[in-house]
Amino acid sequence: MVRNPSANRDQFRPTDHPNDAFLLTTVVGSYPKPKWLNRADELVDDPDSKFDAADLEEAHDDACRLITHEHERAGLDTVVDGEMRRNEMVEFFADRIDGYEFNGPVKVWGHNYFDKPSVVEEVEYDEPWLVDEFEFTSNVAERPVKVPITGPYTLGFWAFNEAYPSTEELVYDLADLVNEEVEKLVEAGARYIQIDEPALATTPEDHAIVGEALERIVSGIDDDVRIGLHVCYGDYSRIYPEINDYPIDEFDVELCNGEYEQIPTFTDPEFEPDLALGVVDAHTAEIEPVEEIKANIRQGLRVVPPEKLTISPDCGLKLLPRDIAYGKTENMVTAVREVEAEIDSGEIDLDNPLDD
Amino acid sequence: MTERVAATPGLYPLPDRAKGTLSDLKGHQKGDLLSGDEGEAIVTAYDEVRAEYVDDQLDAGLGLISEGQGRWDDMIAHPLTVSDAVETGGIVRYYDNNNFYRDPRVVDDLDFSGDVAAELETAGDLLADADGAADASLAATLPGPYSLADLATDEHYGDEAEFQAAIAEFLAGEVEAFPAHETLFLLEPSLVTNPPAEGNEGRATEAIATVADATDADVVVQTFYGALGEKLYAHLVDEAGADALGLDLVAGDRDDTVYNVQEFGSTDSLSLGLVDGQNTLVEEPETVAERVEWFESQIPLEGFDRTYLTPNTELFYLPTNKYRAKLNTLAAAAEVLD
Repeated sequence: MVRNPSANRDQFRPTDHPNDAFLLTTVVGSYPKPKWLNRADELVDDPDSKFDAADLEEAHDDACRLITHEHERAGLDTVVDGEMRRNEMVEFFADRIDGYEFNGPVKVWGHNYFDKPSVVEEVEYDEPWLVDEFEFTSNVAERPVKVPITGPYTLGFWAFNEAYPSTEELVYDLADLVNEEVEKLVEAGARYIQIDEPALATTPEDHAIVGEALERIVSGIDDDVRIGLHVCYGDYSRIYPEINDYPIDEFDVELCNGEYEQIPTFTDPEFEPDLALGVVDAHTAEIEPVEEIKANIRQGLRVVPPEKLTISPDCGLKLLPRDIAYGKTENMVTAVREVEAEIDSGEIDLDNPLDD
Repeated sequence: MTERVAATPGLYPLPDRAKGTLSDLKGHQKGDLLSGDEGEAIVTAYDEVRAEYVDDQLDAGLGLISEGQGRWDDMIAHPLTVSDAVETGGIVRYYDNNNFYRDPRVVDDLDFSGDVAAELETAGDLLADADGAADASLAATLPGPYSLADLATDEHYGDEAEFQAAIAEFLAGEVEAFPAHETLFLLEPSLVTNPPAEGNEGRATEAIATVADATDADVVVQTFYGALGEKLYAHLVDEAGADALGLDLVAGDRDDTVYNVQEFGSTDSLSLGLVDGQNTLVEEPETVAERVEWFESQIPLEGFDRTYLTPNTELFYLPTNKYRAKLNTLAAAAEVLD
């Protein structure tokens, strides 16, 4: 069953928050890398260059500081470092988990490839994956930091399984490792964790496997830690209302891309976790005007009351030009604060949130 | 005595160097994918890829040599996406995989293209010139008409039956232009994933027979991603004009497949999907050989002609080192059986 979102939400409300209503603003995670960072990533592999691993680490630190502050400048209540240290969402973790090996890139489509790893023996926890990253970001941030982690279902199903009798068993082992990592992050001070499971959208019939994996991930994690689940680009009628049984505080979903056609799916039966709603499209290079985003936010109020609504972009913004990503984030926060004021003044009828 | 032939239905992964060269030459976006009128530099890059594929297969010791289909950006939808009667739409999911192809929207009468014949011609020349190729012959690959119609969007014919028939005629026309080939693989995964509705099986098999009739070569109708439904299986054995039906023994329920064969008989030859085209785990040749003997022992037919030892799917899902290892396994398994 759902965790206890009301027990952990208030800690993210800034002390100088201007409105009574509070819609928590956040991002899914990834953000466009500055061009120089991509150059730096290449330079470190160039044997003729003096640029070495220590220089790259410094570059990553600089980029994380920059993007964390960029998120704060946009006015977000909770921030991420834009995943500046990460290459790809499966590769990054597979590289840190014992039991995976890499054989080379495989095709996704056209000339887009991904270094799909193979699980060749039982997966094991070695060094922490994200604790250093979290501590760094947390030290440079004024606002609370959210930590996105690729979920065990995606880490299992987007790899070749050579070692386990079934990929389901692999997923449960990975879930235990994610649990270990979450415990370490919590020890380091993290209070907002997001599990990313895009693979669930492609195989919704496996929702029970994801549910069981989540049970393992949150085992022993206190109520004051907020656990979100991000899924994107799926048919949600196939996993709803089952997600009401997931042990999460928040379900984060991209619906702007589909113009909110799937919103009614979540209205019956009553939606139990908090809803984190995507209100700007991660795959269009135009900045949505504030008024349009405000209308999108109202769609979320059809599903949950304001105290259960979190607002984010549809998905990670890493494929956009950086100025567009920033513009979307900034307009998103402006729209949220205006909607909050309209809720306070009674201008928005919470029973009929789409009415003017 | 049953002859065993190690072969593949093609669609190999690009060699890693070519992945880089070709993405630099072509780009990463939808509009940059192959349209069939590529310039000289791209043609040269693919020529090198093709030569490498032929060498890979000869080195492994396969009995049938595939062109490898390195140019098929859109996987088995390729023959349509390079056709003049087709406009490519958005990127859509390729079966139940984390792979995507451009939706081929057929907007005009499908007409002869010769695209696949041209690449097969080049592969034939490479094979003729190769050392140690005396025992190997050329195998052609095409999508089967049922799957190709299933992957495409009809915006011209307006009728499902007519569309399927038009696709079959189009593919038959392409086959007629092929250089001499010993075997033609028609890939038909949609027969498993999205089978014809009850009563429409005959239409699907008729379409397949139209393409099969266009060649004198042995025709293998390769099905994959699981086991065939029993009624459809029976139709395919009797009506598709196939010399061999290809059966997936990796992804499918093997008991279902054995039941089909025992209950409804089989084509004179069979193609067995024995090594996993979607997993990097490399099977032992002895294990593969045992699977062949086990399956053959289930077949009631006397005087069974030929067993093709194949991967269950295309091989582009794999990193290149594992694709080569799978070729080696198939050839070695055929040798174990000899």
